[in-house]
Amino acid sequence: MTQREAHITVKDLTMAYGDFVIQKNLNFTIQHGDIFLVMGGSGCGKSTIMRALVGLKEPAKGRVLYDGMSFWEAEPEEQDRTMRRFGVMFQSGALWSSMTLAENVALSLEEYTDLTPGQIREVVSLKLALVGLSGFEEFYPSEISGGMQKRAGVARAMALDPDILFFDEPSAGLDPISSRRLDDLILELRDSLGTTMVVVTHELASIFAIGNNSVFLDPETRTMIASGDPKKLLAESRDPKVHKFLTRGEEGAREQ
Amino acid sequence: MEIESGQYEMSFSRPKEDTLLVRLAGNWRIGGRLPSAGEVQKQIESGPRIQRIVFNTEGLTDWGSGLLTFLIKVIHQCSRKKIRVEKAGLPKGAVKLIAIASAVPEEKGSQKKGTRGPFLSRIGESTIAFSRSVVEMLGFIGDATVAFIRLLKGKARFRRSDFILTIQQCGVQALPIVSLISLLIGLILAFVGAVQLMMFGAQIYVASLVGISMVRVMGAIMTGIIMAGRTGAAFAAQLGTMQVNEEIDALKTLGISPMEFLVLPRMLALVLMMPLLCLYADLMGILGGLIVGVGMLDLSAVEYFNQTRASVTLNHFWIGLFHSAVFGVLVALAGCLRGLQCGRSASAVGDAATSAVVTGIVSIIVATAIITIICNVLGI
Repeated sequence: MTQREAHITVKDLTMAYGDFVIQKNLNFTIQHGDIFLVMGGSGCGKSTIMRALVGLKEPAKGRVLYDGMSFWEAEPEEQDRTMRRFGVMFQSGALWSSMTLAENVALSLEEYTDLTPGQIREVVSLKLALVGLSGFEEFYPSEISGGMQKRAGVARAMALDPDILFFDEPSAGLDPISSRRLDDLILELRDSLGTTMVVVTHELASIFAIGNNSVFLDPETRTMIASGDPKKLLAESRDPKVHKFLTRGEEGAREQ
Repeated sequence: MEIESGQYEMSFSRPKEDTLLVRLAGNWRIGGRLPSAGEVQKQIESGPRIQRIVFNTEGLTDWGSGLLTFLIKVIHQCSRKKIRVEKAGLPKGAVKLIAIASAVPEEKGSQKKGTRGPFLSRIGESTIAFSRSVVEMLGFIGDATVAFIRLLKGKARFRRSDFILTIQQCGVQALPIVSLISLLIGLILAFVGAVQLMMFGAQIYVASLVGISMVRVMGAIMTGIIMAGRTGAAFAAQLGTMQVNEEIDALKTLGISPMEFLVLPRMLALVLMMPLLCLYADLMGILGGLIVGVGMLDLSAVEYFNQTRASVTLNHFWIGLFHSAVFGVLVALAGCLRGLQCGRSASAVGDAATSAVVTGIVSIIVATAIITIICNVLGI
């Protein structure tokens, strides 16, 4: 990637359900090729922020810019075109239950590429192999375990080699080895294809292994209280909440 | 980076007798056309035996899964022919991704075969499936009976609020559609009857015709069919979705029987509400007949009412109400049974709802036939 302008810019973003404000005044930028983490305790609105980024929920206030283009002010066709460059993995997989894994991954390839059915089959096998599911093409989502469904969701998200991949808690519910392998895959996809990653997570191991930029959301003040490289945050952040989160609350235990 | 039909380039040369150099250049992203590995295959087969393949990818501008699938196929082919593939010339990222893709070996025996057996064995299979479903249905009826007996003993557990909500859903909220349909059925019966009876100057008997047929069976059948489509399908979809979300399993692990907790309140609500709805449908049907009688046949409302009262006996009412109570059980059973049998996918929920309606309506008609024959034999 030659251009180093910001890939995603979030300005003054406020998310709310009706009058109930989830998060307010968020400002952060995500560069091309970043692995950007959205961190925070359960229920602080991480997934809601992701819904605003992927174009599923309109923010109450503020703007989301993709390469300088304001997503929520754009024409519907422009929005569609932008969204086609995303790959999204949902928290519980959200696989289409009446389709096999192969059909799940193949759907976007059939819709948006000129590949022949044979080539689509090869791409599907590759994607499933990348998440460690080769041989499971003809299985239905209900026939495989929860962790496998999650990985199949990852395979589906990256079917079209998207520019930006969004992951909602990718490693929650995976065994440590699968989780590690998924982290490796995320890093490798970024390194070799230059994909920008936005990862909603609270798995500490993943946070330090993959993230090079992040935002920390606080449920009490309902806004971000820290941002930057998580390793630096751990070393430098003065905020006790951030520190407690990044050390699994050990700091707090020592104080008591 | 729009997905565009990119231009890939591929050329071959042989720097040495036993070496094939594959030069890859241009755009190798998916989206456009991609070369097949068969071209490499052709090159290998033409000319003297190849020992190794090397790559030159200096001209590669952009690549993605297109390149990866191509390479994996080439590697696969070559490993079968014992040709060495030198990965040094490939982009580093591609080599690593291929390594990740082949890190977990393919699950042996996990490939499913979608073969269809011969005709006779398929007949056999569907017969076995049918007999199994009959056994399941009987088992379900048995379970429901046991749950009902526990209820009579006061031991059944369900939430009163669920029960009352279901009563509201399948009682009050069904009134508009029941009014409309039974009013129209009354009208239709009166019209059809009037055409014949007017020939004999006996139009006053339209009142008897509409009254008896509505009260004795039609009111019950129409409410039954409406409720099968409305409430039976809703029960099946609701329980089916609970099955998909493992909510029913969660109840079981708590030691709460889904039969008592989910099926019983629904069945009770429908059995209580159906006769009331039926009674209401009877009245609406008679009203429909009255509209035709007064508007078209020059009968007075009092005449019509008196004729109806003279011909419809209390016996007819009881038979109609008995019908509808039976239909209530059948519709609730069909809905809950199909819901609990539901598979774990979105389309399975749709199948469950469809099958609940079909089962409900078929069993309503069959039950009507049986009850009618019994009434005939008993002379009531």
